[in-house]
Amino acid sequence: MKKLLEKKSSSAGLEQQAVKAKARQGFFVGLPSIIYLLIFFLIPLGYVIAYSFATRSRTGRTELRDWNLDAYVRLGEEVVQAVAWRSLWIAVLTTVICLLLAYPLAFYISTRRPVIRNLLLIGIMIPFWSNFLIRTYAWRVLLSSDGLFTRIVEELGLGEGRILFTQPAVILGLVYGYLPFMVLPLYAAIERIDWSLVEGARDLYASGWKAFRRVVWPLSRPGVIAGSILVFVPSFGAYVTPAILGGNKQSLMGSYIVDQFMDARNGPLGSSLSVLVLGVMLIGTLIYFRQGGRNL
Amino acid sequence: MNQASSAVELKNVVKKFDEVTAVDDIDLTIGDGEFFSLLGPSGCGKTTTLRMIAGLELPTAGSVLIHGEEMGLKPPNKRPVNTVFQNYALFPHMTVAGNVEFGLRMQKVPKEKRSELIDWAINLVEMDGLSHRKPTQLSGGQQQRVALARALVNRPKVLLLDEPLGALDLKLRQQMQIELKNLQREVGITFVYVTHDQEEAVTMSDRIGVMHEGKLLQIGTPEDIYERPTTRFVADFIGRSNFLEATVASESEVVLSNGDRLQLESDHTVGESVAITVRPERLTVHKRGESSTNQHQIDGVIDSVVYLGNAIVYSVSIDWMNLEVRSSETSNSRYSEGDAVTISFDPQYVSVVSG
Repeated sequence: MKKLLEKKSSSAGLEQQAVKAKARQGFFVGLPSIIYLLIFFLIPLGYVIAYSFATRSRTGRTELRDWNLDAYVRLGEEVVQAVAWRSLWIAVLTTVICLLLAYPLAFYISTRRPVIRNLLLIGIMIPFWSNFLIRTYAWRVLLSSDGLFTRIVEELGLGEGRILFTQPAVILGLVYGYLPFMVLPLYAAIERIDWSLVEGARDLYASGWKAFRRVVWPLSRPGVIAGSILVFVPSFGAYVTPAILGGNKQSLMGSYIVDQFMDARNGPLGSSLSVLVLGVMLIGTLIYFRQGGRNL
Repeated sequence: MNQASSAVELKNVVKKFDEVTAVDDIDLTIGDGEFFSLLGPSGCGKTTTLRMIAGLELPTAGSVLIHGEEMGLKPPNKRPVNTVFQNYALFPHMTVAGNVEFGLRMQKVPKEKRSELIDWAINLVEMDGLSHRKPTQLSGGQQQRVALARALVNRPKVLLLDEPLGALDLKLRQQMQIELKNLQREVGITFVYVTHDQEEAVTMSDRIGVMHEGKLLQIGTPEDIYERPTTRFVADFIGRSNFLEATVASESEVVLSNGDRLQLESDHTVGESVAITVRPERLTVHKRGESSTNQHQIDGVIDSVVYLGNAIVYSVSIDWMNLEVRSSETSNSRYSEGDAVTISFDPQYVSVVSG
């Protein structure tokens, strides 16, 4: 007790106390969301990880005993591999298409006058005002055999318009759904670029293209990386879009995982697949932070 | 200045932004190897003029010639000039060396030659040892040097500088003024320097062009501009000046508003109201009644005295206005408030400008 009092009386002790008190305050303010995340995110996540090492009983129950790696071994099976690679391919393709479409658009928006810029940004965000599921169903109408999209494509002689329940329809839906997530970070990155740098490059004998290649593109990279992660991660685990617009022949990770839990009643495999998806997303996020940290 | 030795020529150059005329019919010839300053308050069109030389803006009318060659619609990368920007515009994702190398790479200079030139330029601005730093790791003065090196490494025919010292503090600015001038002599490149700081322009320039509201009012050596301003704006903008309202009586005589007649040559028409302008340090104060060698005299009374250490500034009331007199005589013959004095001046230091 005496020691404690002595410590308190010294100024260094007071300073330490103040720091501790501040940290405590922060903790209490954050407590509600900490509890929320704990109950609804961390505990379920723990379950998924635990399930992935658990045993499936004959009746399809998941029993938390005889811990094993069977579910992970099954990830090597040809069927599972096919689904994983297909999902990866679709996610990469979606990301690349989004990037190609979004970059010129973000560039255009960020070079407009502020008023027009804001109008265009609101335009980009309008789709968020209605539910994603409903918007995906709207594509189903547009893509149906006598739907608007189908008829326009066929009238214009652009080939087979009936793509509903095929991979192109899924990619179309994913690009549609995730394009804003690519545009917004790209816009934020490009908008921040000081245009006198471009003038500087032009003054130093760079052509318009070279100035873009050497100055604008590298400086917009944080946006490219952020947008790509934001599109790639949800595309890889997408469930709604493939379920509504895709066929049932070529399932993707999202629906395959649901199948394991619901139809096949194989909790461990469903869980190990989920861990796989999580792992891929985690790698993506880590790349983002590493790259972002280097550039910002 | 003949065609062969002119570095930059502007012929009837006009630049309009929508309906606003930023540059209004400018004619200007800058000689090869000259240190030329465009001086004027902000918004006078000096930066726009510089940007038109660089090709970052195109003139609405008129033409820009560099070393006799018509620039026309040539983009900046096709012009033999480089710019030091006001905010330096250093590439934040490149090192100092990378920034300096940029222009050389764009011109496809071979690698060995590049590193040789980079070393030369970095050494020229005394930035040795810092070439691997990023611009954000440099102080303002260092960034400024990199911007200079980045432009000079290309050995442009003309270097354009847009208020390059504006962001630096006073001490550093004064030091850089001297360094810039020495640098210009050393490399022998024509400098076109934009500034709103009259002291900077006077210190460094061979010639100065004073701009106001898009117009080039006067071109001349710093001495011309300071001692023989042709307009009231120039006299007022550069240094301090007294203006006495007057009327032209004849080719060699003007009448002050109190009726005093002064023998001054001017090319203004008879009867025109003008102002005669004289610098505070060109006025001399005497005790009233003491004889002076100067024939031009005005009686007045000392109104206030400000001691500046190296000079004394008197405000002298002369009937209808106050005149500012700056005297470097700080110990002997000091006057105090209320003293009756006579102010005299040498007509060679007086200019007649439009009222």
